[in-house]
Amino acid sequence: MILGSPAGAQTPPAERRSGYEFMGPDTRAMQDDDATNPGMLWVLDGESLWKRKAGSADKACAECHQDMKGVAARYPALRSGKLINLDQRINACRVEQQKAPALQLESRELLALSAYVGRQSRGLPIDIAVPEQAKPFLESGRAAFNRRQGQLNLSCTQCHDGLAGNKLAGNPIPQAHPTGYPIYRLEWQGMGSLQRRLRNCMIGVRAEPYAYGSSEFVELEYYLMWRARGMKLETPAVRP
Amino acid sequence: MARAIIQVPARAKRGEIIELRALIGHVMETGFRRTESGSLVPRDIIRQLVCSYNGAEVFRADFHPAIAANPLITFTTVATESGRIEFRWTGDNDFSATESAPITVE
Repeated sequence: MILGSPAGAQTPPAERRSGYEFMGPDTRAMQDDDATNPGMLWVLDGESLWKRKAGSADKACAECHQDMKGVAARYPALRSGKLINLDQRINACRVEQQKAPALQLESRELLALSAYVGRQSRGLPIDIAVPEQAKPFLESGRAAFNRRQGQLNLSCTQCHDGLAGNKLAGNPIPQAHPTGYPIYRLEWQGMGSLQRRLRNCMIGVRAEPYAYGSSEFVELEYYLMWRARGMKLETPAVRP
Repeated sequence: MARAIIQVPARAKRGEIIELRALIGHVMETGFRRTESGSLVPRDIIRQLVCSYNGAEVFRADFHPAIAANPLITFTTVATESGRIEFRWTGDNDFSATESAPITVE
């Protein structure tokens, strides 16, 4: 059986569909209403954390920042020559401005803050900038997406570009656009970041997953968000 | 950081059937899962949700381990008078949470 399309054959921009469209009507209904979307529990937690003073500088996020509209749609991005994602940017503020210890990646607090910031960009198109200095990072992410890996020797593109819409173990294969992160995943019964989801994918092909916060992950996130540019952000999304 | 989101219509007509929704953040640990070393993760679930309308109980639900984490309950009641609708969750390990919202009935 020949799997998928050759490396580099991408889903044409007009045919891109969010994971939302691959879900059943009940899951979509859960996401659509803020009163039923469990991700909103984290958004509310994020809102209280945003207003709470922290660190030896005794400052709250709210004291410096107004609304965060459009911010989540622009990450990952370059900051002083280094590619970082939104979670890392939040931590940078915590350490540099609030003089507080960085929040652990994938912790409830960091997910809550990133959900709160992300929620404010809901409905906005993903808008990833690729300045000249960032091009190597984008290419590295693209290479990771196209590279076969793991014991099953599969690349992301084979399934997510070539076989999206077909089924794997009874479940529809989406196109893998990170349109709603952090997501409430029903399988996790909780909130998780894009990196958590990507770890699941890598374990699925029996590859050694990258470590949380690694540059490999941020570069792959960068490529995925760039691949989804123009698509609307749905944070906090619900996914099966 | 236990959080609950409730939805109560702000206004209703007297006698109208209204839909109430209550979503609460809770791990709902079943008590059947085991750790990697084989020991049982103890049960930690919500046991009961009671909804009161101006102090009178209008709805009660007993929760069991089969209910998933962060449970959502949707039910209906009849709008009788203006006042407050209160939701109270209780569970294992002295878990307790309350949320309420006002309703105006014309």
